[in-house]
Amino acid sequence: MLSAGLILLLSAAYMGLLFAVARFGDARADAGRSIISANVYALSLAVYCTSWTFYGSVGRATSGGLSFLTIYIGPTLMLLFGGVIVKMIRISKTQRITSIADFIASRYGKSQLLAGLVTVIAVIGVVPYIALQLKAVAASLDVLLQTSGRDLLPEPMLDSTLVIAALLALFTILFGTRHLDATERHEGMVAAIAFESVVKLVAFLAVGLFVTYGMFGGLSDLFQRAAAAPELARLLQLDSSRAGTWTALILVSALAIVFLPRQFQIIVVENVDESHLRRAVWLFPLYLVLINVFVLPLALGGLLHFPGQGVNPDTFVLTLPLARGAEALALLVFIGGLSAATSMVIVETIALSTMVCNDLVMPWLLRTRWRRVSERDDLSGILIGIRRVAIVVILLLGYIYFRAAGEAYALVGIGLISFAAVAQFAPAVFGGMYWKQGRRPGAVAGLLGGFVVWFYTLLLPSFARSGWIDKGFVEEGLWGVEALRAQALFGLSGLDEISHCLWWSLLVNIGLYVLVSLHSRPDALEAGQAESFVDVFRHGGRTRHARLWRGSASLDDLVGLLERFLGPLRARQRLGAFAAAQGVREWQALPANADFVRFAEAELSGAIGSASARVMVASVAREEPLGVGEVLDILDEATQVRAYSRELERKSRELEAATAELRAANASLRELDRMKDDFISTVTHELRTPLTSIRAFSEMLHQDPEIDLADRTRFLGIIVSEAERLTRLINQILDMAKLESGRAEWTTGCVDVGEVARETMESLGQIFRDKGVRLASEIPARGPVVLADRDRLTQVMINLLSNAVKFVPGETGRVMVRAGDDGREARVEVEDNGPGLTAEELPFVFEKFRQGGNTMTDKPQGTGLGLPISRQIIEYFGGNLWVESQPGAGAKFIFTVPLPAPQQ
Amino acid sequence: MTQRILIVDDEPNIVISLEFLMKKEGFAVAVANDGDEALAQVASFNPDLLLLDVMMPKKSGFEVCEALRADPERAGLKIVMLTAKGRDTEMAKGLAIGADAYVTKPFSTKELVDKVREMLAV
Amino acid sequence: MKRLNPLRQRLAALGLLAIPLLTFPMLGLPTGDWDGIPASFLYLFGVWAGIIVLAAGAAERRGD
Repeated sequence: MLSAGLILLLSAAYMGLLFAVARFGDARADAGRSIISANVYALSLAVYCTSWTFYGSVGRATSGGLSFLTIYIGPTLMLLFGGVIVKMIRISKTQRITSIADFIASRYGKSQLLAGLVTVIAVIGVVPYIALQLKAVAASLDVLLQTSGRDLLPEPMLDSTLVIAALLALFTILFGTRHLDATERHEGMVAAIAFESVVKLVAFLAVGLFVTYGMFGGLSDLFQRAAAAPELARLLQLDSSRAGTWTALILVSALAIVFLPRQFQIIVVENVDESHLRRAVWLFPLYLVLINVFVLPLALGGLLHFPGQGVNPDTFVLTLPLARGAEALALLVFIGGLSAATSMVIVETIALSTMVCNDLVMPWLLRTRWRRVSERDDLSGILIGIRRVAIVVILLLGYIYFRAAGEAYALVGIGLISFAAVAQFAPAVFGGMYWKQGRRPGAVAGLLGGFVVWFYTLLLPSFARSGWIDKGFVEEGLWGVEALRAQALFGLSGLDEISHCLWWSLLVNIGLYVLVSLHSRPDALEAGQAESFVDVFRHGGRTRHARLWRGSASLDDLVGLLERFLGPLRARQRLGAFAAAQGVREWQALPANADFVRFAEAELSGAIGSASARVMVASVAREEPLGVGEVLDILDEATQVRAYSRELERKSRELEAATAELRAANASLRELDRMKDDFISTVTHELRTPLTSIRAFSEMLHQDPEIDLADRTRFLGIIVSEAERLTRLINQILDMAKLESGRAEWTTGCVDVGEVARETMESLGQIFRDKGVRLASEIPARGPVVLADRDRLTQVMINLLSNAVKFVPGETGRVMVRAGDDGREARVEVEDNGPGLTAEELPFVFEKFRQGGNTMTDKPQGTGLGLPISRQIIEYFGGNLWVESQPGAGAKFIFTVPLPAPQQ
Repeated sequence: MTQRILIVDDEPNIVISLEFLMKKEGFAVAVANDGDEALAQVASFNPDLLLLDVMMPKKSGFEVCEALRADPERAGLKIVMLTAKGRDTEMAKGLAIGADAYVTKPFSTKELVDKVREMLAV
Repeated sequence: MKRLNPLRQRLAALGLLAIPLLTFPMLGLPTGDWDGIPASFLYLFGVWAGIIVLAAGAAERRGD
């Protein structure tokens, strides 16, 4: 039989040892030789394993078989997605974040409202968990002393659990509130936690080995014996009908490993080196494996050993060795369990009290009377006091919950209630880290909604189950409305209470978060914070943020703030360190610029939380608000600079391409210019040539009246014909110009091509007859009919026929005109048996002012413009005009005009 | 001694007018219609002055001028270039090639006659 | 980010792989027992430990 005195002594000794380890760790940290290594960091995560693990898992295993493992698989998986955690750590370091409430508040614009809300949810959510620890310690004490729990102390009025709570509060205060600055890592505390994690593991493995191999014949023996007993056999198999619960528990524990305040503290805030995470990724899960291997064997052993005796399975780890008289082992186990409970309480309460102080009390105080800085001097003492009070209150709440609801639940059930509570932080946090559109109203709405659902579907029913409040709302629904049954909302029944709560609370939470966020606009600060959070890896470093502040402040005011909240000594220390980092010898000489303001705000955040720090700094500094655009601009600068340089490269490449294009264009323009000059000079030449004759003959006739009549007549005839030529030329040039510039006038109508051909042939017939050229035709009686300008078409025909008659030899010349269509286009051919064109001449006939063949034969009649004009006309109608010819074998001029589309 | 003038132009009417003009002034006149003919006529007719059109098929006036100027025996031959192209560049080119005068069409008959007389210094 | 990135991807892939392995319906598969020890027990701990070993291998190999 163990005496209370012995137990107390051992407990005190162990606590003292923990304390010593903590002091050692702090001392080493102060000396700059931190003992926080990757292994220590990884082991410190095992604060996750509380008396829940120690006692509760075995208890759970006796009813649910292997389902207790879900609580440990979740964290394993979460660590595998370590990138998320790294991002959280990076953000927290950059933003000097000290708690989960700070994280959320900071992301959504340093909102005091959110800070307070998260704190309240955290406190309410975690109180059951603390109660769990108290219950476990109390139960374990009961077992050891084999008393009913009330005889521990002489006075029967005092409940031993209350005493335990009080002692824990005292210990926590001693442990964690010696100084204020929460930004400094509590390396001592971390070291102590890592130490006690080892103690836990050793104790548990010891009892596991003892039971498995000492009380039974080993694992196989144990399992076989269990299989033999029917009510135990089912524990050996996984119940696939509880698949939903399995997954839900994995999910909720995966969230809890980061969102429980103590976990956030240890994993994120206390992290000294991001690379430590690499060790933690596997070492911590390995720890979890080891500590859980013997849980099921222990449970089975207990059930086998105490069949039907009503022994609380939560305490098998104690009762089994005690049953065999292994008192030393039982003591070791007790110490392990105590260790597990106290470490949880210490870290959790410290984290919670920090949140309460910074994010709940401080903002309220600031709002009421501390805004005016001319008030008190040293506020650091007040802050510590607030924290201590908070610790006491939280433990008190834990005790109250234990009394109100703790009896009705197994340990694990209580713990899961807390898990579901902190799971409500997930949307706001993950959304905040990955979705820039996540907004403060959305976070508030989501958190509130999720919390309310959790409260109604999980917390209240826990009170109802212990009988403290009426069960009506659970069984019949709120106000008798069946759809509002607390644990079967809207008819979703068949789920266990955790899954049910999780489903509805997360649905409401995420839904509200997303919907409200999408409909909100951020202010400058929130937008900037969103950028900093989501793009933390891109923006890198805190120097960026200094520029987000614009305003003016006095050094004295800011220093005053620091002294007031950190205490004068500490403030001077921090100022000195900052000055040294800036390369300034005396901190009094520091400029009160944005960097300094940022430094001051960061330091204050450690003491009073970022939201309050912001308020305080803003109150002494006259800040000029930055617009959202400006904030984003500043943050965007780095990305912009990079984007600009890429732009620059691209632009210079484009420039090269453009230059090359320009050169080519220039060359072609010069060519065109030259061609234009050629054209103009050619036109000038062509116009001047008949003018020359006109002038010369006119002058000669004028000067010499003695010219004989024959010559006079001849000369006048030449004058007339040259004048006609000139006119013709001018007309054709103008025509050409109009056609080419598109300013010609067209009268389009249905034209019978054959008819036009016949008419032209008739009107030119005389010329043919005069020259003795035979003109024949193959033209159908009707058609083809095209949409064209009749006069213009006639012009083309005239041109072709007059060319033909010009170039065929007289007497033997033959010209054939054919007209027809091939269904798609009308086709007209004018073929002569003249000298034809060489291959070189072929393309030139359609050039302006070029004339085929011997130019002498055509002057002065031809202008050289006939064919080009004809081609323009035909092409206007959508057709083609070309020539096929062999030298000496005549020439065939062909043009086609598309037939109009058939009328619908 | 009667001075001989060779008229080179591809426009028949201009040829007629120039021919009549020069004959009236008492010159002996020969005619060529293109560059090759002109060179042939220069060789056979041996003119004292050439009225040379620039724009001609086959050989242009410039080429004829060049060819003639390259021939030392024809150093005394006067060449008057006639053209409807009035650009300065053309004129400069003609003079550079070795023409003695450059007249643009349409020309004044009186001025042309005067110039011819002047160049032949009669 | 650069330092951890390939490692992070591997670990995340391991995590994604682990999810179906450690949840139903996969979990319902192992039945029977080996030397008395239930197959589900062995499977769970085996897979769990195996994933941890793989993660350790990936994490520790990235010598930085």
